[in-house]
Amino acid sequence: MILDFERPIKDFEDRITELRRLAGPSEELRGEISRLEEALDAARRRIYSNLTPYQRVQVARHPERPNFRAYRDALADDFYELSGDRVFGDDPAVRGGLARIGDHNVVLLGHDKGTDVNSRVKGNFGMAHPEGYRKVKRFYELAARFGLPVVVLVDTPGAFAGRGAEERGQAWAISDDLMTLARIPVPVISVIIGEGCSGGALAMCATDYVGMLENSYLSVIAPEACASIIFRDPSRAAEAAEALKVTAADMKGRGIIDEIIPEPLGGAHNDPQVTIEAVGQGLNRVLNGLSETDPEKLRQARYERYRRIGAHATENGQVG
Amino acid sequence: MRNWLSKRREYSRTVPETESGVGPMDSVFTKCEKCGEPIYEKDLRARFNVCPHCEFHYPLSASERIRLLTDSGSFEERDAGILADDLLGFENYRQRLQKARGRTGLDDAILSGTGAVGGKRVALAVLDFSFIGGSMGSVVGERVARTVELAGSEELPLVIVSASGGARMFEGVYLLMQMAKTSVALSRYVEGSWPYISVLTDPTFGGVTASFATAADVVLAEPGARIGFTGARVIEQTTKERLPEGFQTAEFQKEHGMVDRIVHRLSLKADLERLLGFLP
Repeated sequence: MILDFERPIKDFEDRITELRRLAGPSEELRGEISRLEEALDAARRRIYSNLTPYQRVQVARHPERPNFRAYRDALADDFYELSGDRVFGDDPAVRGGLARIGDHNVVLLGHDKGTDVNSRVKGNFGMAHPEGYRKVKRFYELAARFGLPVVVLVDTPGAFAGRGAEERGQAWAISDDLMTLARIPVPVISVIIGEGCSGGALAMCATDYVGMLENSYLSVIAPEACASIIFRDPSRAAEAAEALKVTAADMKGRGIIDEIIPEPLGGAHNDPQVTIEAVGQGLNRVLNGLSETDPEKLRQARYERYRRIGAHATENGQVG
Repeated sequence: MRNWLSKRREYSRTVPETESGVGPMDSVFTKCEKCGEPIYEKDLRARFNVCPHCEFHYPLSASERIRLLTDSGSFEERDAGILADDLLGFENYRQRLQKARGRTGLDDAILSGTGAVGGKRVALAVLDFSFIGGSMGSVVGERVARTVELAGSEELPLVIVSASGGARMFEGVYLLMQMAKTSVALSRYVEGSWPYISVLTDPTFGGVTASFATAADVVLAEPGARIGFTGARVIEQTTKERLPEGFQTAEFQKEHGMVDRIVHRLSLKADLERLLGFLP
């Protein structure tokens, strides 16, 4: 899939492919091809170093962007999937289980957006139902019981908004995850690999370490939905993305997250392997750093971290 | 849902606002939006905005709610003077805040402090729907967290009454993090042995339901209150599914196991006293 603003890049790529085909084994067009390749590189650099917040949202949603499965397969030496919430069912929108990452046994979980039409539909495009969040709670508690660190890969357009989700207590399930996350005495680390939208993302990223890929986003609401509610005009999504301050740079600047993980030029979908390696290195480093931390200290630090964040001032002007 | 809300707004403008609480408007009557019967405003106010004919529960301000629930003169407000800051510079947010402050006389969509319920001291926080839809932003998050901590440090039962359209989007990620803030505070409080009772009133949605409002030992709800994560209108728009009659009402939530009891507003204080009587 080609995003609108990627069109110039695609045009160069198409022309290069065409010239290569025309040239065949001859050397004749080599000069022209290398000129175009330079122009392609420049276009990529120009476009990707000036992405607007909404363009980043689009990159974060790119169907070829590496997703949970790609990270799981590349980063976990072994992954033993566990299923079900023990109440209602198994929600394929979130997956998790026991995994070995580097030298660490961990509980690995994340939103599964799928890789093709079937798996995307099956995983409800990464929008979990209450049974998904209850499964997540099981994973948190399992990790706490065995002293395993939790690694979460966040990639969701939000908790699912639907009849069944409401009937089965969507809000209750998310709230329960937040309460559980707050108390478990093991390191919990998350990386937002694509979309981090609504309470459905927060239930999996109010953690001790939060990394964000350069073109991922974190927001209370999808920019389109914000535009239709606040501006009463869904076509103003780009403005909403700007106003909501959703990018990794915004989050780092405001002290909400710990680290921005750079993406290769042209976005993660342009070179999944490099992206996955960068995330893997980050995870290993953080796991090494946190695995020796005293559990009580971890909980205390987590408490202080989330207790502090807010945009308010007392009357004497002191920001709380 | 939009119709419903605009009706409520019209209604609330007709409530007389006089210092004594008794004014010339008290002879005015209005028509119940639900049953169509005429009601004297005075009667409605005396019944804390519950229709004397059909028992429909209209929105109640935080200060009236506190008057309803606490022993006379026992409420002491805490943490007043915490004001929202427009850190994102979101279009019109400052103006909206100023307007809401002017209209309601509140700092934000919450009042909190301590009070006695049937002689038992509790920490109490009450959301106010008339302040930007009772939406949770940093002030609501902060004051809820402080009330929880107050309850913990003074070993008091905690009562929170919610009325909220959900997230205050103008605060973006800061709002989202208030869900984490109230949750970390509550997760500590529930390690102690004092009870947390949550009362859900019309409407309670979004970030409020998905954080502190549902994380209680006992969840009570007012009759007919609409409670959920996503509002019915948005669900109908996104899923194109027609939702059944009574979807997301307090009764619906009780039937689905999400709420302990439905309590009529005029019995709420007695109910709380009874419940607190069993608990530390």
